[in-house]
Amino acid sequence: MKTLRYRNIRDKVMESIIIISTVLVLLPLIIIIVHVVVHGISAINWEFFTEELGSPSRAIQGRPTGLVHTILGTVVVDFMALALAVPIGIGAGIMLSEYPDHVLNPTLRIMNDTLNGMPAILKGLFAFVLIVKPMGTFSGFAGAVALAFVMIPIIARTTESALMSIPWSLREAGLAIGLPRWRVVLSTVMPAAKTGLVTGILIGFARAAGEAAPLLFTSFGNNYLPNNWLGFIFEPVDTLPQRLYSLAISPYSEWHSMGWAAAIVLLLFVIVCFVGARLLTRKKFQTN
Amino acid sequence: MMMENLTKEKSLTSIIDTSSEFQFNGVKSTASDMKIRMETKNLTVMYGKSTGIKDVSIPIYDNKVTALIGPSGCGKTTFLRALNRMHDMTRIAKVTGEVLLDNKNIYDEDVNPVIIRRKIGMVFQKPTPFPTMSIYDNVVAGLKLVGIRKKSLLQDVCEKALTQAALFDEVKDRLNDSGVSLSGGQQQRLSIARALAVEPEVLLMDEPTSSLDPQATTRIEELIHTLKNDVTIIIITHNMQQAARVSDKTAFFYVGDLVEMGDTRNIFTKPKEKKTEEYLTGRFG
Repeated sequence: MKTLRYRNIRDKVMESIIIISTVLVLLPLIIIIVHVVVHGISAINWEFFTEELGSPSRAIQGRPTGLVHTILGTVVVDFMALALAVPIGIGAGIMLSEYPDHVLNPTLRIMNDTLNGMPAILKGLFAFVLIVKPMGTFSGFAGAVALAFVMIPIIARTTESALMSIPWSLREAGLAIGLPRWRVVLSTVMPAAKTGLVTGILIGFARAAGEAAPLLFTSFGNNYLPNNWLGFIFEPVDTLPQRLYSLAISPYSEWHSMGWAAAIVLLLFVIVCFVGARLLTRKKFQTN
Repeated sequence: MMMENLTKEKSLTSIIDTSSEFQFNGVKSTASDMKIRMETKNLTVMYGKSTGIKDVSIPIYDNKVTALIGPSGCGKTTFLRALNRMHDMTRIAKVTGEVLLDNKNIYDEDVNPVIIRRKIGMVFQKPTPFPTMSIYDNVVAGLKLVGIRKKSLLQDVCEKALTQAALFDEVKDRLNDSGVSLSGGQQQRLSIARALAVEPEVLLMDEPTSSLDPQATTRIEELIHTLKNDVTIIIITHNMQQAARVSDKTAFFYVGDLVEMGDTRNIFTKPKEKKTEEYLTGRFG
């Protein structure tokens, strides 16, 4: 009886440790969200979503000011980056998972891991040399390329593990009915791994959406809306993380609270993307 | 060790007994009406340094059922997978020797394994429905995914294949349900239907009934009887009665070697090798 009681106590102790760890993981997240909302909510009003930022005097004198150009810029740059990164990242992930015997595989694996570990600001520098210098101007496109470099290695790695989680027998079943290898991957393995693939893309997207460093000398930033939509691609563009940074280091208290508000919008943007992607990829069949 | 030497010393002709008459399903046939459809020559499969099968040379007769028997781990599956180049996907597996289909080595440089696998279909031990596809899409996957879109054709193929696999009546009202919503036995018959839908000329079956109940097993065995008019079948089974019931030819494998091959009736009634007799009488395996 004594040993049974001892085991019960030990079980309870272990359970408590797990619960405490869980709370410790969630606590910083909750503190950050609460802090951001408390500080930023006052700066959020209708004009915040309809007006451009302009000069600091606008905020100081209480004239209408907002971050519409930043929000739109973020959407354009982030989704442009996603459009560049998803095909490349998924393709690389397929190579890593489905063609382990391919001559390029080991090289790709090393290079992908290196790219993943590379500081984001270096990726910005690379995009600067690659895009900004030849184009002669900072641009949303250059920012998207820099962010794509952030996304690609993450998407490649998560794609690999999502595909690897699908049993090998499924591929053999496809091959056995005379399907070519690429068709087996595309039509049987990838649909089966869909949830994992989408999660991977989201992780890459969320990570890049929060990056300011690679955008400093690529999309550069802008206080005003461009004249037309093409301006978001070919001209300097504002993005939320970078604007958050420049608002926060500015000497104006009005801009400080706008910075907190920018943080709320950035959080919401990522959350909306997550929920949206989850809804879009709900399973067609409920597996029992 | 003794077994290895024994097999090595024998020439192909002495292992394989084709001369005698045998009777199956009331149909009397002789060696003369048997056409060799496939043939292996010194087929060896290595997994790294360990041997899967060694120097297996057997003929596979057209429109006959060949059963592969032997204890677990003796190389039956390894042999079967070599017949449609399924080892191509296993990095460490190395296949040497020849597998002839209509006298052409399927391992030749100019042979496309995809074409080979369309001709030589395969049913696995475990049911493998495509989890994201409906029952219907599962059955016609081999056609639809290579670009055949004609709906009436696909529907006909689907019904025929499901009927052949003795599944149609059970699923005809819910063809759009998920393939994985079926029970294990139904999933296996779905896998068989999918293999049949592409109308293979040779069908490899790796213990197709090991996950089925006796009733479904009977149906699959009936299917095998019907199918062999059009298809050459090679089946692995651990069920000796099943081998005796369905097959015309039986090959007995033991530790990577082919011990004996011949007419099923002869193998079961008067095996030439002591090892075969011991296995069949349950002394090992």
